[in-house]
Amino acid sequence: MIAHSIFFFAFAFIAIISAIMVTVSKNTVHSVFFLILDFISISCLFIMMGAEFLGMIMLIVYVGAVAVLFLFVVMMLNVAKQSNEWFKSSSRSSHIPIGLLVSIIIFFELIIVIGGWKYKPELVNNSINSVSSEITNTHSIGYVLYTDYIHLFQLSGMILLVAMIGAIVLTFRKRSGIKRQSYFKQISRERSEGIELVDVKKNKGVDIDV
Amino acid sequence: MFEVDLGHYLTLGAIIFTIGVVGIFLNRKNIIVILMSIELILLAVNINLVAFSMYSQDITGQIFTLFILTVAAAEAAIGLAIIVVYYRNAGTIRVEEIDKLKG
Repeated sequence: MIAHSIFFFAFAFIAIISAIMVTVSKNTVHSVFFLILDFISISCLFIMMGAEFLGMIMLIVYVGAVAVLFLFVVMMLNVAKQSNEWFKSSSRSSHIPIGLLVSIIIFFELIIVIGGWKYKPELVNNSINSVSSEITNTHSIGYVLYTDYIHLFQLSGMILLVAMIGAIVLTFRKRSGIKRQSYFKQISRERSEGIELVDVKKNKGVDIDV
Repeated sequence: MFEVDLGHYLTLGAIIFTIGVVGIFLNRKNIIVILMSIELILLAVNINLVAFSMYSQDITGQIFTLFILTVAAAEAAIGLAIIVVYYRNAGTIRVEEIDKLKG
């Protein structure tokens, strides 16, 4: 149990430090690296809690896809050199003290809610989808996800489809000066407009550019 | 002596949530860092859901964490696409110079 506590505090410390570094580091590429470190330590915490499937999915989705997407965009937009300075904004703006105040109030409200919180003991074994210790975490997620939550599961698939189509449509750009295929024009060609019979005169040749 | 219970996980979630909110409020330079702060906030929500799920021995919290992961991935993709389009049109993504709406 003492090892569990030590690992929890180590991972939590790394997670908090890297979360701070995401927001304060001057280089955007460093921010993305610290974001990856944050996701990895949080997924270690998930595995420690017993949610192995979610920890692995976090690694695949966030570190494998989202963080690499961020890195690609940072690389494409050439903003890595753009320094990320804090507390230096235009003089007329007064958002910094108010932002700090609101953030501190949010934090203390959350802490107050956590500190004054009691869990009713009869609520623990009252749940519908309780975790049994005989089957693995992945099994129990699958039993619930594909039966009770199948509509939400399909809906999240639709969300991913819409996001994919939206990203493609947003970033699609028609460039002039390149040759593209036009399937409709190609298919709807008729013989009469595609073929022309010409009389070839002797020693003259044919003008092929219509 | 330091027994790790639900409160520790909730405190960790609260700290990371607050760091994400601070990152959104105080960042004036780089809009990509704002998107990363949103990812941090969603991560804090995931920590809370998984902690409650393991504490109350109910798998539903982990299901909802899966859905939040899906929505977070979609949101990151759309947000980055919008940033790329804006950078192509305006030539900058500095937060202070994005003032077309005169807000």
